[in-house]
Amino acid sequence: MKSLFDTKIEGNHLTLKFKGKVTLYHVAKYDKILNRLTTTSVKNVTIDLENVSYLDTTAAIFIYNIEKKFSSKEVTLKCDNQNYLSTLALVKSNISNYKEYATPQEITPLEKVGKCFYEYYAGFIAFVEFFGKLFATHLNYLTSLKNIRYKEIAFEINESAIKALGIVALTSFLIGLVIAYQSAYQLKLYGANIYIVDMLGISIFRELAPVITAIVIAGRSGSAFTAQIGSMKITQEIDAMRTMGFEPFAFLVLPRILALMITMPILIFVADIMAILGGMIVANIDLSISPELFLDRLSRVVAAKHFFVGIAKGPFFAFLIASIGIYRGLIVKDDTQSIGFNTTKSVVEAIFAVIVCDAIFSIAFTNLGI
Amino acid sequence: MQLIEVKNVVTAFGDRVVHDGLNLSINEGEIYGLLGPSGCGKTTLLREMVMLQECTSGSINILGKDISKIRERDAQQLRREWGVLFQFGALFSSLNIAQNIALPLKEYTSLSQKMINEIVAFKLNLVGLNPSDSKLYPSEISGGMKKKAGLARALAMDPKLLFLDEPTSGLDPISAKEFDALILNLRSMLGLTVVMVTHDLRSIYDTLDRVAIIDNKKIAYEGTLDEITSVQSEFIQTFFSEKA
Repeated sequence: MKSLFDTKIEGNHLTLKFKGKVTLYHVAKYDKILNRLTTTSVKNVTIDLENVSYLDTTAAIFIYNIEKKFSSKEVTLKCDNQNYLSTLALVKSNISNYKEYATPQEITPLEKVGKCFYEYYAGFIAFVEFFGKLFATHLNYLTSLKNIRYKEIAFEINESAIKALGIVALTSFLIGLVIAYQSAYQLKLYGANIYIVDMLGISIFRELAPVITAIVIAGRSGSAFTAQIGSMKITQEIDAMRTMGFEPFAFLVLPRILALMITMPILIFVADIMAILGGMIVANIDLSISPELFLDRLSRVVAAKHFFVGIAKGPFFAFLIASIGIYRGLIVKDDTQSIGFNTTKSVVEAIFAVIVCDAIFSIAFTNLGI
Repeated sequence: MQLIEVKNVVTAFGDRVVHDGLNLSINEGEIYGLLGPSGCGKTTLLREMVMLQECTSGSINILGKDISKIRERDAQQLRREWGVLFQFGALFSSLNIAQNIALPLKEYTSLSQKMINEIVAFKLNLVGLNPSDSKLYPSEISGGMKKKAGLARALAMDPKLLFLDEPTSGLDPISAKEFDALILNLRSMLGLTVVMVTHDLRSIYDTLDRVAIIDNKKIAYEGTLDEITSVQSEFIQTFFSEKA
């Protein structure tokens, strides 16, 4: 194929001849050809556009660059098509406008570290502010039973708790199964088969069921809170509510927190039942402890306080999960990336907060002798 | 030459019929307007033209290709030859303005980074954005700026065909006027064909060569603006009476 871009050097005269369509698909190739030329001895340059059938703006920028490159030499443009000339003129007038624009300075590592820490600090302050506002609205709204939004709470109970029953039950059943299976193997070595009941009872009621439930709920409902409220923020629904005088804290925040605080103990109760069921099945198969014997021993050796300690943790975990999820939703910025980022953060932070809270409870209860 | 030909297009969402046999044709080098009351399916028709949605029956020909039976490779080729400006810009929020405009250039051409930067700066200038804004992300700019950046992105590949969905809504009158002038300018210089959905009477009179008015699921009128007020249609009478 014949090249559509001819370069010819005669003495001190360079001719650049373009033919056919000159578009952004051709420019890169022509640029390479042009860069290979040795043009030190050239005095005049002719750019010939007479046989060009189509010239787009990229090509016009390219031609402008050629003119600029040879600005110390004498450049003549051979072109009689008015459209191409006006495209070139358009490029020229627009390019001269942004000459003065300089790239912003790079920031130093120290500045970066400072900025990063400041952002963490500002984030923490914002979270404290959120808590303050939450308590203030709490007080404001719970002064009268009339102010409680029962419908929203009921809706949220269904959405974030009742629909989660299945997954909570299945997860805790499997956890009970696995824990029992692993400990049965160890206990058999010592012939201490019957102690599996004590072990499972205390570990499940006190720690496993509440924490597993909280983690499942953080992953399932906490993330949903962030995503829901975050998208409402992007579509300006929250702004709309504010201008209409509906306080988002009363309409969106409190119902979710209350719903989760009410249902968390119930979910933990279900988790208790399912985990013990899982343990009981393994004890029956692996250690031949009959269900009657298992339940009989369970009621004798595991004090009711262990069960109540586990249940009592529920509302605290629920509060942490819901408030972190909602807080993360409310700080979503006006772009889609922000939703994903904050949803991830909300789940990670909620699980972390639940485990820290659980550790504090564990130490406090043990020292109090409960 | 006809660049776009819409023949007997029927669109229905479930039982709800939006278009009941639309026919229209758009010539090369024309600035063509799709007008009509809210909810009449202007944007739906535009979406069907750019292959975001399929019509229930009928055919749409673009640049000589029937897009209901198009092969994927041809479709991909076609997509490079048009630029689309969405109503709210639809910029990619993970990229800044410069990266948004550079994206098609990077993906589809072998241009050097330096050249791409120059093209980006030129397009930004062309649509009236300051190149110093190019490092901002879509979440940090106003609606009008998003629109201008969206146009710059649509123009990045120097398309033959430009689809605009309400290009001047949300712009201040001066920007809107500049926008109209820019469209006219681009058309005369680059031979663009422009299809736009608009409600802005001023840009309708300033820019459009021909219009199609969709009303009551049908084309109520297709042609130039000169004879429009003689058409018996409630929408046309009300809409154009201000000026007439």
